[in-house]
Amino acid sequence: MAHARDESSPLFAGNSAGTLRLIVYLALALVLMVLDQRNGWLWRVRYSAAMVVEPIYRLAGLPSAGVRTLSVAFADRQRLTVQNQRLREDLLLANAKLNRMAAVAEQNTRLKELLETRRSLHLKVQLARVIGVDMGAYRYRLTLNAGARDGVRPGQPVIDAHGVLGQVREVLPTTSVVMLITDPTHALPVVIERSGLRTVAYGSRDGDTLTLPDIPLAADVRVGDHLLTSGLGGRFPPGFPVGEIRAMKPASSGMFLEARAEPAADIDRTDDVLLLHDLAEPQGPPAPVVRMGPPADLAPTAGAASSGNVSPAPTPAPGSAPSAPADGGAGVRP
Amino acid sequence: MSRQRAGTWWFVGTLVFALAAMLVPLPGALEPFKPYWPALLLLYWALEAEDRVSLGLAFVVGLIADLLVGVVLGEQALRLCALVFIALHFRSRLRFFPMWQQTLAVLALLLNDRILLLIVRMLAGGSLPPPSWWLSPLVGAALWPFLFLLLDDLRTRARIQ
Repeated sequence: MAHARDESSPLFAGNSAGTLRLIVYLALALVLMVLDQRNGWLWRVRYSAAMVVEPIYRLAGLPSAGVRTLSVAFADRQRLTVQNQRLREDLLLANAKLNRMAAVAEQNTRLKELLETRRSLHLKVQLARVIGVDMGAYRYRLTLNAGARDGVRPGQPVIDAHGVLGQVREVLPTTSVVMLITDPTHALPVVIERSGLRTVAYGSRDGDTLTLPDIPLAADVRVGDHLLTSGLGGRFPPGFPVGEIRAMKPASSGMFLEARAEPAADIDRTDDVLLLHDLAEPQGPPAPVVRMGPPADLAPTAGAASSGNVSPAPTPAPGSAPSAPADGGAGVRP
Repeated sequence: MSRQRAGTWWFVGTLVFALAAMLVPLPGALEPFKPYWPALLLLYWALEAEDRVSLGLAFVVGLIADLLVGVVLGEQALRLCALVFIALHFRSRLRFFPMWQQTLAVLALLLNDRILLLIVRMLAGGSLPPPSWWLSPLVGAALWPFLFLLLDDLRTRARIQ
């Protein structure tokens, strides 16, 4: 009786067809996954679906933005005062450092001009805000509110006030996704500030530290050493702080030391980030030098200029009479 | 007519809510406790309105979720299809379970979903997730009675199908 009713009920009638459909759908999903893994289609589809995707990001970002606004609105006066005080001190300190740096930077520019290298210390940066969206995948990504329309390109380095944060991985029209340096699949060429040892910092599985798995046993590395970007590989400009070494232990192979480092950037608390615009070095060998000879402002370009340069010394003009005897005198006296 | 349309809008609205809730970030310490919202909402609709939920719908919702999260296209489509298939298969039994048994069934479904996800990630060459990763199904199951009663209550109040 019950069996008969079950068979006639629509719930169980389509059972075998349902299983078939399930298999078809699962196969379809598997095929999609494999193709996506091979060809990276997802991002092309996402780029064209941006009209739909981005409003949902903004919608999903609303709660965290709301919480931020509320925390500002209800933050008590004392905390704000303390924070304000601290920020003022930081600003003062930063300005003082900047002033000192400005002189060094100017000197550096002058020296580099002398050497005729075209690299400057000026950084072209762009400010971007982090949208509070959870991208799953164990939290190794950030979403920013700047995209292709703002000139963001994949591969651009992203930094915050304290150090390197990651690099732009995918770009949508008005948002972009940053791969953090703590991503297990991310590798960053670094140099140890104190000893100048070059090595590579990888992300780690637990998500908030860096791993340096191949330091030679004899290398001079200590807990507390600071890591900087080395600029090798051409993606990150050299000299940005990356992190600080917190622990050292022999690697499982016994051939190397393995160090764990804490990132310098505030990976969990970052709201505003900077996108660096000029990539550190062009990829590949340097471009061939086109122009040879002395620097442009010293080169004799026109006949008039050369005669102007040369003539005053042998035949002083009548107008410059007061200085000419002094020169002559200095030449004669010894 | 308009009531039916309202019902459809309500149905679509809950699914959009589920997708948005999936993307909303939680403070770091709470992150592992976040339930898998699309699965919960799809389960609810699979039990309550069988004619609305089909494997095709689960596939489409999964694809949209994949587009939003951007890990691998097809991953969530696969998981949601499997979940909805099991739910529809045992629908008549699940519907007449007392609430605590239903909750246990939901827990089993969500754990199964995590295992599927783990298999997919392992095949794609991912690393083993931390133990806290397994908390999410527990939270999802704990939320289930409240979610179920709340949605049922809203539906009967608005008298939409």
